[in-house]
Amino acid sequence: MSTLEIKDLHVSVETDQGAKEILRGVTLTIRSGETHAIMGPNGSGKSTLAYSIAGHPKYVVTSGSVTLDGEDVLAMAVDERARAGIFLGMQYPVEVPGVTVSNFLRTAKTAVDGEAPKLRTWVKEVKAAMAELRMDSAFAERGLNEGFSGGEKKRHEILQMELLKPRFAILDETDSGLDVDALRIVSEGVNRAKESTGCGVLLITHYTRILGYITPDFVHVFVDGRIAEQGGPELADRLEAEGYDRFQSTPA
Amino acid sequence: MSLLTPQRPSPGAHIHAGATMVPDQSRAERTTSYAVSDFPVPHGREEEWRFTPVSRLGELFRDEATGLCLDWEEHLPEGVSVSSVSVPEWQRAGLPKPGDRAAAVAAAQSGGVGLIDIPASAELAEPVRITLRGDEGQLVHGHLWLRVGHHAKATVVLGHAGRAAYSEVLTITAGDGADLTVVTLQEWDDESTHLAQHDVVVGRDARVRHIAVSIGGGIVRLSTNVTYAGPGGSFEGLGVSFADAGQHLEHRLFVDHAAPHCRSNVEYKGALQGQTARSVWVGDVLIRASAEGTDTYELNRNLLLTEGARADSVPNLEIETGEIAGAGHASATGRFDDEQLFYLMARGIPQDEARRLVVRGFFAAVVARIGIPEIEAHLMEVIEHELAGDAA
Repeated sequence: MSTLEIKDLHVSVETDQGAKEILRGVTLTIRSGETHAIMGPNGSGKSTLAYSIAGHPKYVVTSGSVTLDGEDVLAMAVDERARAGIFLGMQYPVEVPGVTVSNFLRTAKTAVDGEAPKLRTWVKEVKAAMAELRMDSAFAERGLNEGFSGGEKKRHEILQMELLKPRFAILDETDSGLDVDALRIVSEGVNRAKESTGCGVLLITHYTRILGYITPDFVHVFVDGRIAEQGGPELADRLEAEGYDRFQSTPA
Repeated sequence: MSLLTPQRPSPGAHIHAGATMVPDQSRAERTTSYAVSDFPVPHGREEEWRFTPVSRLGELFRDEATGLCLDWEEHLPEGVSVSSVSVPEWQRAGLPKPGDRAAAVAAAQSGGVGLIDIPASAELAEPVRITLRGDEGQLVHGHLWLRVGHHAKATVVLGHAGRAAYSEVLTITAGDGADLTVVTLQEWDDESTHLAQHDVVVGRDARVRHIAVSIGGGIVRLSTNVTYAGPGGSFEGLGVSFADAGQHLEHRLFVDHAAPHCRSNVEYKGALQGQTARSVWVGDVLIRASAEGTDTYELNRNLLLTEGARADSVPNLEIETGEIAGAGHASATGRFDDEQLFYLMARGIPQDEARRLVVRGFFAAVVARIGIPEIEAHLMEVIEHELAGDAA
């Protein structure tokens, strides 16, 4: 059982007009096996929370803490956070030309596990996971995210979640740009990974449609850099019906 | 294959001169001559010198012999011989002439032409290896002629190391049906300067592969000119370079298609890291009216690993006949950026390994085309070393 604990997190970004605060005190605890959905309007700071936990250099933590089983995550470099068991499924994964998917996956797996995976079982595991995500095997020899469609990029992110077996997976708008079939396939991948590893999931989404496939235990409504309301899955239904309007009229 | 259409670069790549450029003056009109006086000392604004730091090359433009040479280490498989011919004899052979002042000086002041002969129909089981080494930064004019008889099959590895200012002319003649691979390795110390003109004459139905690997040297400028002595010839030009801070690595190719049904394929890849690391690639292809059925393609890719590095890439294609099989080129310069680094590190990959992964991936395809395992292994090792140097 692991715990990812975020306490009173304040995060800023540098802009031309100076530092701009985006997260204004976020407190959230996720335990193994739990699925938390973070929902909120565009610009509310959802993605900032995801990238801050992963350690993107653009985001500056000004106060607060993030700990993983008591270890100070904010003191770790980006790669150390990943090796500690934090995975960020990105909304816009970048292209890295010339580096094949298979080479990348093997390198990442070796880094995360601290030893190279056994070749035969690894190849089998990758093939099986790709088949489940309806990814053609030729995919493995393509350049990393090079010329991938939006749907291919998202499948590839979830493929990594399945193979790298993190303790906590933060999925940033994994549903955006997916048609219904792709959404179902990707969601099934998340559920499989969760079931096999018992990881905690932080699902960041604007819309409720992915929650039809991945049932959250907790729903947090994010507004203006902090959590405005918390509840169970029923809160998502209410958001679906009412939208975010009633939160946005709330003075910050 | 598209005609005159650059291959679409990957999104996010920086493009320099990606579009087809037709030069003001045809490559066919560029001066070639044995006479040094036909080439004024370059001031740096000439088309063929505009990327080169000519102010640091003064001694190589001076028309006087030094009488100095490089250490010569050879490994010659059976049947291969080395001798020398006089400069006038070489001139009478009707081979390509020097194309710039440095080459004209080197050809005139070398004191003689080192002739490496590979007899007709010879099939060499192992490569010819010649390593040239400078020790005191001496100014040397060198002139070699690699003469490969008809239907011979050979690999020649020409290494350059140490400290020197070396001006070189290398004439390569491949007889009809010959199958030749020439590897030129530039692994000089960082103070060295190397200006070279390599002329490749491809015989009828011959196949010549010219592989340039430039890793070391303060200034390396290698001009490779290709002509075809008959139809059916094939030329493959591969290049790998890695420029560090302060290095200027320049590769210029000119493939002159005058014979029909010949092929040329050029692929050069360069990585750059560090302030003022500099690379230049110029790829000129001329398809003359007589060169029906020509098939040509050239590609240059550069990878900037750090800020402050600069790569210039200029492909030129001139076509004088519509009766060709294919002609195209592509050129792109990309950057290893913070977002790529973040992505790889967010998957647990440490920073130095992420960089290595990207660079290895970048070079993998062209290195695999070299087809000489010992060179491929050596090259990947050297690249690792270059990357490790950056971390230190």
